[in-house]
Amino acid sequence: MSVLIDSFYLLSAVLFIIGLKNLGSPKTARKGNLYAMIGMLIAIVVTLIDKSILHYTYIIAGIVVGGAIGAYAAKVVEMTSMPQMVALFNGFGGAASTFVALSEYLADVERGEAFLFSNELIITIVLSILIGTVTFFGSLIAFAKLQGLMSGAPIVFKGQQATNALLLLVTFALAYMLMQDASQIELIYVIIGLAAVLGILSVIPIGGADMPVVISLLNSYSGLAAAATGFVLNNNVLIISGALVGASGLILTNIMCKAMNRSLANVLFAAVGTSDSSGQMARGDKSKVTEYSAEDAAMVLDSASSLIIVPGYGLAVAQAQHVLQELAQILMDRGVKVRYAIHPVAGRMPGHMNVLLAEANVPYDLLVEMDDINEDFQNTDIALVIGANDVINPAARTDKDSPLYGMPILNVDQAKSVMIVKRSLSPGFAGVDNSLFYDPKTMMLFGDAKKMVTDLVKELKDL
Amino acid sequence: MDGTILISIYIFVLAIFVGFEVITKVPPLLHTPLMSGSNAISGITIVGAIISAGAGDYQLSQILGMVALICATINVVGGFMVTDRMLEMFKKEKKQEK
Repeated sequence: MSVLIDSFYLLSAVLFIIGLKNLGSPKTARKGNLYAMIGMLIAIVVTLIDKSILHYTYIIAGIVVGGAIGAYAAKVVEMTSMPQMVALFNGFGGAASTFVALSEYLADVERGEAFLFSNELIITIVLSILIGTVTFFGSLIAFAKLQGLMSGAPIVFKGQQATNALLLLVTFALAYMLMQDASQIELIYVIIGLAAVLGILSVIPIGGADMPVVISLLNSYSGLAAAATGFVLNNNVLIISGALVGASGLILTNIMCKAMNRSLANVLFAAVGTSDSSGQMARGDKSKVTEYSAEDAAMVLDSASSLIIVPGYGLAVAQAQHVLQELAQILMDRGVKVRYAIHPVAGRMPGHMNVLLAEANVPYDLLVEMDDINEDFQNTDIALVIGANDVINPAARTDKDSPLYGMPILNVDQAKSVMIVKRSLSPGFAGVDNSLFYDPKTMMLFGDAKKMVTDLVKELKDL
Repeated sequence: MDGTILISIYIFVLAIFVGFEVITKVPPLLHTPLMSGSNAISGITIVGAIISAGAGDYQLSQILGMVALICATINVVGGFMVTDRMLEMFKKEKKQEK
């Protein structure tokens, strides 16, 4: 590898770092993405003119096919489906690492160079294949869960963790056997098979509500897979980029765990969330709550001077974000101070709710993070909750026996009055009843989020 | 060989620290684009895939390289495009107070 090519790779790595840095602020984020794109383009072009490249047929075919699929997917994906899409992209990144490592290994064996393999090389090949394959199959399961192709409920069986540990152990034993004789191609295929099972088994016990953590973690894995491939090829730009992505995925994983007050181990192994919330029976008694009609609620909203909207994933499922912004705009035009309070785990991936609201043309400076707005609830006339439940449940603060206890929540209960749009009194993902529904200052608006907000808009216009 | 892998490990560890430094302060607002953007960066495996698909003369390796290239290109092109699409939607409030 020539010095010139390596210098361009260094330039790429620098552009990735500057790009990521710029992705950290809304003003520069688009520019940051562009820097990263240029970095990638430089890396690709430089590789294409490398003298070790002899023929271009397969390269052109691969880039054309992959580029077309990627561009198409990126154009048509719905913002609500963003988590699945990212899961799938993660998976492809992992698969690429596996195939590159496998291809390198087979080519070397074919050339009769297996006896030249150092132990380090075998370790890096096995790691690259292992992480890549686990990422691919884990991502497929995450995709299937998010897309509703399989139940979001955790799938558990006895000895699951022991099985996973055993799979990993056998993989390392096989790697050791490869060190004795690297030409045993069949061992590599067995390792791929084991890694596939491991990838599937490690994601199926994780409940639908914990998906933000899983996606972040798989994102981290896809970075580590790229780095491992970098070790195989002895290519620094892969190692650096992979490490950056690995770190970013870990940070997001950590933020998500904190937002749910759970440890990573608890998310991965505790199989929380027994079933999807849709299957829950309503436990509450409707006679104990204060029910409001859209007409009454519109009048209350109209007389308020400040409003905080608390959107949850139920809002996005009902596709009510656009009409919600219409409601907010009407109220703002009438002089009401309107803001949105965003819980870190609102949505199905980190920051998902922000994207959904941005799509509905909500300016991002109206979106306020939990820590910045929690103090303001007590000075706010109305907190309007739509499609959120567990993240506003005061039990997280007060009830030591509640599974939610300790989770940071939005202080909706401190607002002067609360308005909750909800289909029924059924509990959320965690399956915990919410005492806020029965609070005398809470107005319950029963119905589908989109229909209810549409009715509110209509009533407000008629006032 | 020993020296090379050690240097690679150095680079790996230092890059992880750079990643932590650069990304820790990203606001929740941008978590999704950060994830899809960094996801596209992890598609850097495309470099390895190009070499696998275009170098050598063992056809099975080249075909595997091409499959890797398809996967990596989906990752790179899709990741960057969808990130741009999202970031385009983030707008600041248009002079709300008149």
